[in-house]
Amino acid sequence: MVNSDATPAQFSAAGPEGPAAIEVAHLIKLYKTTRAVDDISFRIARGSVTGLLGGNGAGKTTTIATIMGLVLPTSGRVQVLGHAMPEQSAEVLGRMNFESPYVDMPMRLTVRQNLTIFGRLYAVRNLAERIEQLAADLDLKDFLDRANGKLSAGQKTRVALAKALINQPELLLLDEPTASLDPDTADWVRQHLRNYRKTHDATILLASHNMLEVERLCDRVIIMKRGRIEDDDSPGQIMVRYNRTTLEDVFLDVARGRVAEGAP
Amino acid sequence: MSETVTHYGISWHRISAMVLRYWYLLMSSWPRLLELIYWPALQIITWGFLQNYIAQNDNFFARAGGTLIGAVILWDILFRGQLGFSISFLEEMWARNLGNLMMSPLKPIEFLISLMIMSLIRLAIGVIPMTLLALFFFDFNFFAIGLPLIAFFCNLIFTSWAIGIFVSGLVLRNGLGAESIVWTLMFGLMPLACVYYPVSVLPDWLQWIAWTLPPTYVFEGMRALLINQTFRSDLMVWSLAINVVLLIASFAIFLALLRSAKRVGSLLGGGE
Repeated sequence: MVNSDATPAQFSAAGPEGPAAIEVAHLIKLYKTTRAVDDISFRIARGSVTGLLGGNGAGKTTTIATIMGLVLPTSGRVQVLGHAMPEQSAEVLGRMNFESPYVDMPMRLTVRQNLTIFGRLYAVRNLAERIEQLAADLDLKDFLDRANGKLSAGQKTRVALAKALINQPELLLLDEPTASLDPDTADWVRQHLRNYRKTHDATILLASHNMLEVERLCDRVIIMKRGRIEDDDSPGQIMVRYNRTTLEDVFLDVARGRVAEGAP
Repeated sequence: MSETVTHYGISWHRISAMVLRYWYLLMSSWPRLLELIYWPALQIITWGFLQNYIAQNDNFFARAGGTLIGAVILWDILFRGQLGFSISFLEEMWARNLGNLMMSPLKPIEFLISLMIMSLIRLAIGVIPMTLLALFFFDFNFFAIGLPLIAFFCNLIFTSWAIGIFVSGLVLRNGLGAESIVWTLMFGLMPLACVYYPVSVLPDWLQWIAWTLPPTYVFEGMRALLINQTFRSDLMVWSLAINVVLLIASFAIFLALLRSAKRVGSLLGGGE
């Protein structure tokens, strides 16, 4: 298991070098007596794509929600783009965005209306142009004036992604970004995220059950189990360490308690 | 990198975005619009005919023309004001959109101000037709109350917002399982606010409680105006003072409940 007693100065040992987009130190979250997150520490460098892997109840969603300021930690410290969360959230909320299956866009409003409202909330300059650009990039033009509730699952995911990108965030938090999508649409979304990261030098943190997605998209993988970090490295290194050819096999090893050769 | 403008302090830009969101919703749904007008219209017609009937058989009500209809309209300002506030809030819960808003730069105070504006808009849509019905069917010109009406209206709407903020906090903290409080809490105040009868009919000990409620002063003031043609400014000042305390307290409670919701993680689900 990775040492989660690291001080912030030691975080770089567990992640890429460079200024941090996210720093989590000794984060603990208790729901009554359940330890959803159990003393985890990590640092995510700006411009990187990191996958948060783990089974149900591993603590991925709670970790991401705490980073977003939607959940208060029981103890520990979270810094986003150099600001303490949630105390200084006003400084950073406009520079980040998220997509999650736990939230929806208002169903009766059209895609354009929804994007207009979120664009205004994020004070996006030249909003009409930005919406047109997103519509072109994410292939929304055909249903821009259709109610959100009348879209297919794939279309809704693209709209949610458009909302998440409306303010061109420096930090993008994604919880199961391709859940319930067919393989073609899922691949299309991944491709778009890759492009966005490249063109905007953005930091992406995504929680996923989809191992292939993490393998293809992420520079780094943090594997969580029962609220703790089980492993933290590049997908390639983790597969070597577990002597596996896919992250899915690694995931099964971790889930079933099989220990990697030379695992920390 | 972000092509955005930073608004510090309270941002009218964000408030107007939220008002626009509710306006789009209202305009996209004729049942929502109809519901705003339907119940107030039904109320005024029922109570208006009752007032006519009583006035034919009772000298006091013949003399105090309009007290019942006036009370119905003022009660609806109080009740619909709170509903207008709370339903806009519930729309976010029903739409599972609260996480999106809480994660955006929208501040709690801006969210609440947008709900207040929506309560005024929804109230106007419901109550203006109601007052016109009172005029045409029962010859009661609500607006003839004149300037005191502004004091009545402001005090009632402030109370409705205070209660709306409080119950929204409860729903935020406890999820949609607490939704019924939105619809029922105001009715708990009705007997004590003395909407249709003077405070003097209550037992002494209940009168003390009744006078802690701002609407009690408004309904007493309305009766003083319609029956004795006297405007009791002292009652309005008391009502305003209690409303200021209630608004501050409700905002503090809302923030505490929001914090508690973040502690227990209920913003992630918002379910039952």
